[in-house]
Amino acid sequence: MTLAEKILAGHAGRKSVQPGEFITVKVDLVMSTDATGVISVQQFRNMGAEKVFDPAKVVLVMDHFVPSRNLESTETVKTLRDFADRQGILFYDVGRSGIVHVLLPEQGLVLPGDVVVGGDSHTCTYGALGALATGMGSTDIAFAMAFGETWMKVPASIKLVYRGQPARWVGGKDLILSTIAQIGVEGANYQVLEFTGEAIETLDMDDRFTMANMAIEAGAKAGLFTPDARTVAYVQGRAKRQYTIYQPDPDAAYARTVEFDVSSLEPQVALPHSPANAIPVSHAGTVEIDQAVIGSCTNGRLNDLRTAAKVLAGRQVHPRVRCIVVPGSQEVYLMALREGHIETFIKSGAVVSTPTCGPCPGGHMGVVGAGEKCLSTTNRNFVGRMGSPQAEIYLANPAVVAASAVYGRIVHPDEVIGK
Amino acid sequence: MIKGRVHKFADNIDTDAIIPATLANLTDPDILGRHCMENIDPDFGKRIRSGDIIVAGSNFGCGSSREIAPWAIKGAGITCVIAKSFARIFFRNAINIALPVLECPAAVEGTADHDLLEIDLSRGEIHNLSQDTVFTAAPYPDFIAELVTAGGLVAYARERLKNIEKCKMQNCQ
Repeated sequence: MTLAEKILAGHAGRKSVQPGEFITVKVDLVMSTDATGVISVQQFRNMGAEKVFDPAKVVLVMDHFVPSRNLESTETVKTLRDFADRQGILFYDVGRSGIVHVLLPEQGLVLPGDVVVGGDSHTCTYGALGALATGMGSTDIAFAMAFGETWMKVPASIKLVYRGQPARWVGGKDLILSTIAQIGVEGANYQVLEFTGEAIETLDMDDRFTMANMAIEAGAKAGLFTPDARTVAYVQGRAKRQYTIYQPDPDAAYARTVEFDVSSLEPQVALPHSPANAIPVSHAGTVEIDQAVIGSCTNGRLNDLRTAAKVLAGRQVHPRVRCIVVPGSQEVYLMALREGHIETFIKSGAVVSTPTCGPCPGGHMGVVGAGEKCLSTTNRNFVGRMGSPQAEIYLANPAVVAASAVYGRIVHPDEVIGK
Repeated sequence: MIKGRVHKFADNIDTDAIIPATLANLTDPDILGRHCMENIDPDFGKRIRSGDIIVAGSNFGCGSSREIAPWAIKGAGITCVIAKSFARIFFRNAINIALPVLECPAAVEGTADHDLLEIDLSRGEIHNLSQDTVFTAAPYPDFIAELVTAGGLVAYARERLKNIEKCKMQNCQ
């Protein structure tokens, strides 16, 4: 069995499962946010449910439009806080919160071997820990809150093998963008991506989170890493309960295997309006930018900010560019502050926001206007994603975004720092 | 039986195209419906009539898990979406809220914008009245058919909770 099949069988009380089977699985955590939670609460009531199945396994995280951007957002948070209070479930709000996909692993709330369902498509981020985590709509989440289980069609898996070692300034973002470019935005629809190979073994956890995060951009149900010593080191001290490490069988059957040699991979940039439009940054031509965003559930972790700070240290953001840095959580913010990166950002002419999804879904803190170009470390460059449908969004890793913020156009970090 | 005019869309219509992410605080399907497709087709809301049908290419509804995407389509008065394929979260969401979705590449190929369709959901039959052709969509797997028959996930869950309650009263296991 593949890693996904092992985890699903374990949660269905079965010895084995086959791709295509419909099964019911127990969930270890049900999550929602201020973007989708209110409909879940309404549907929970419409179902006639009174109590959640287990208050310790349901969590609401306020991250999309906080600190509240307008009255509707305030009302949303009030509704969810009220629900959380009455149900006695975990509730994270301004000051103790962060972007849900940065926060929950940090808090040890998602662990290897878990099945997690979340009311956000980037729930697949937790695949970095070896958890089968997937995004669902509000009604599915309401059902999981009520019953502690959900139905799934067992997905086939695609094995991705990354050989070689990435060059300087090449990270998880570049691996996943080039993967999506190769397999396409529906290349893994109804399937799971399993990330393997020597380049993956040496990848740090923050890069793994970045890769798992964008599995959904290839249509995948989940993107999984087999837990190893790095995973265990990450969860140690965070986990407050037992967890199970599942491993794929050596003879597991995959829908297909795709191999990559990452040694020659350049930093990538995804052109508008699809993450699958990734090309090497040196092929991007002259693209002048109005805004540079460093953050999000894709690239808002400490290593991402370290990389951006390394590029921006002692340099100035181009006078035409608005450079917005968004630490992914209070913990990331504090660590970046202690390491001096926040000062680096401010001195370089960037602005540092409190943790929020903010500009990524065009909510607040940097909405992009008609005719403007934005280079962002986020995960989606769909039409209208960050504001105006007439804006253009380009995606890249934190080093490329920081370097481009300095030059005012999309550049390879080597241009700024020198080889 | 569903009968309506076709509004045809391309491949990879994402959830931000169906309904802008920034409207995620809204929950009223009628209001959401007014913003349906506004990012890619600003006049869509004005052009459609209640009962109309969306016919689209592959990977319809890719992107976000936001259920406001199928709610917006439903709220706009669309009665069925036919596509070559659906993104998996959108497909689940549509089934859960009882928005009929049919996967039928041949029907998409054989249908033009503004054609008049008649759909028999129970048999998966799509009759193109404008071109006098008939297509059959792949049947739902049994489990999904059960959800559809129940009227969506909320109705399914209500029934289950009622049974649990009944069970408690009768002291069964």
